[in-house]
Amino acid sequence: MNEKKLAFGYTVSKDRQIDFDEASLELYNKVCAAEPSIRLCISCGTCAATCSAAKFSDFSLRKLILQVRRGITKGLQAEVSKCMLCGKCQLACPRGVSTRALIMQINMNLQKTGK
Amino acid sequence: MNKQVAIIGAGIAGLEAASILDSMGFKVTLVEKAEHTGGHIQNWHQLFPDRRNATEVAQGIISKPLANVSTEFNREVTSIQPFAEKFIISAKDGWVFNADAVLITTGFELFDAKRKEEYGYGIYDHVITSAELETLFKKENGVTLRIGRTPSRIGLVHCVGSRDEKIGNIFCSKVCCVTAVKQAIELKELYPECEIYCLYMDLRMSGRHYEELYKQAQEEYSIQFIRGRLSEAAEDKSGKIIVKVEDTLLGRPLKMTMDMLVLMTGMVASAQTASICSSAGIQKDSDGFFKASDPHLYGNITGIPGIFLAGTCSGPKTISDTLSDARSAALAVQSYLSAEANN
Repeated sequence: MNEKKLAFGYTVSKDRQIDFDEASLELYNKVCAAEPSIRLCISCGTCAATCSAAKFSDFSLRKLILQVRRGITKGLQAEVSKCMLCGKCQLACPRGVSTRALIMQINMNLQKTGK
Repeated sequence: MNKQVAIIGAGIAGLEAASILDSMGFKVTLVEKAEHTGGHIQNWHQLFPDRRNATEVAQGIISKPLANVSTEFNREVTSIQPFAEKFIISAKDGWVFNADAVLITTGFELFDAKRKEEYGYGIYDHVITSAELETLFKKENGVTLRIGRTPSRIGLVHCVGSRDEKIGNIFCSKVCCVTAVKQAIELKELYPECEIYCLYMDLRMSGRHYEELYKQAQEEYSIQFIRGRLSEAAEDKSGKIIVKVEDTLLGRPLKMTMDMLVLMTGMVASAQTASICSSAGIQKDSDGFFKASDPHLYGNITGIPGIFLAGTCSGPKTISDTLSDARSAALAVQSYLSAEANN
């Protein structure tokens, strides 16, 4: 029998659960220190609704902020790079989050750690 | 004008109405099931949204003049029977009393968190209720002594016993969201290094200055909010509490370990509501609380002339709403009794 016949098509699924006990909040804490207005986000989605990049990609600043808050850094660099820094979200945000500075901070810190 | 008014329950609604009816010249008797007046406010440390000292507010209500008011303690009223334009009030211990008008201010009871078994209250040491947390705040080092260590992470669970058809309560208790935000701030002040998480379905910051308190909790106290309803809590070997929740804004399940879990228990109708309703011939609403004849126009009036409602006996209310309701009920009682006197 060759190997191909032995493959039943099953694989181990990756756990989707966020294990908050294992999460590192290093990025969040650094961003928070440099741009404290991240704390004010209420995940309303106004930023994503007005976002030019969101029209052509799956970029969502609301989600990005949440991922940073939960210590999820994997794939963030690629996410951040979708932003064109046009600043429309900053005009729309009802809580006065300094969104552009925030994205710059996230980007800068990710580049430093090479994630 | 010496008509007799019986007020059932000497919590803040009963006391407030008593002092007004007293100043109007009525004979007032407060009938209280406990040994003291004041009700739930006695157990509270600080009040939302301005963190006013609860004892100070309670004193402000209790110390109002009550010249012709007598108080009956340890009388748990079980029936109110209309009889020849009067009312016969009976208590569990056999005590009977006659009055020309009755104001029901029996208030609420806290939801029994043990019924929400999956959250582990009464099973795990470090799962407590919001009311218990208030009493801990009142004692020096109360919270630390209760946990047995300085906590590094505390979770507050919104909507325990509220908005939950599984346990039979479809309604929102109104006060728990803002109480959670207030208690989160108080905990952060006690433990600046501790991470505090509010686990919520919606944040119902409906009152004046509540939203500001919420913003302050985020901005100045770094309180974190996770939208998701807890599915279960479990205890680990060290006695810490592991919670499972979906972060519904990220669409992913989340697990985290806490030193203490605080359950924001909601309001439910007090136990004697059903027997009072059936004896008096007044209506109980679908949520178990007393039903007003017209919740828009006559919130203090029942279907039986001469029996009135005030405070949380007719649904969850804040302290300031309860006091306003009590004042308006006092006017309704006065207008009923003076119309009766003119007949």
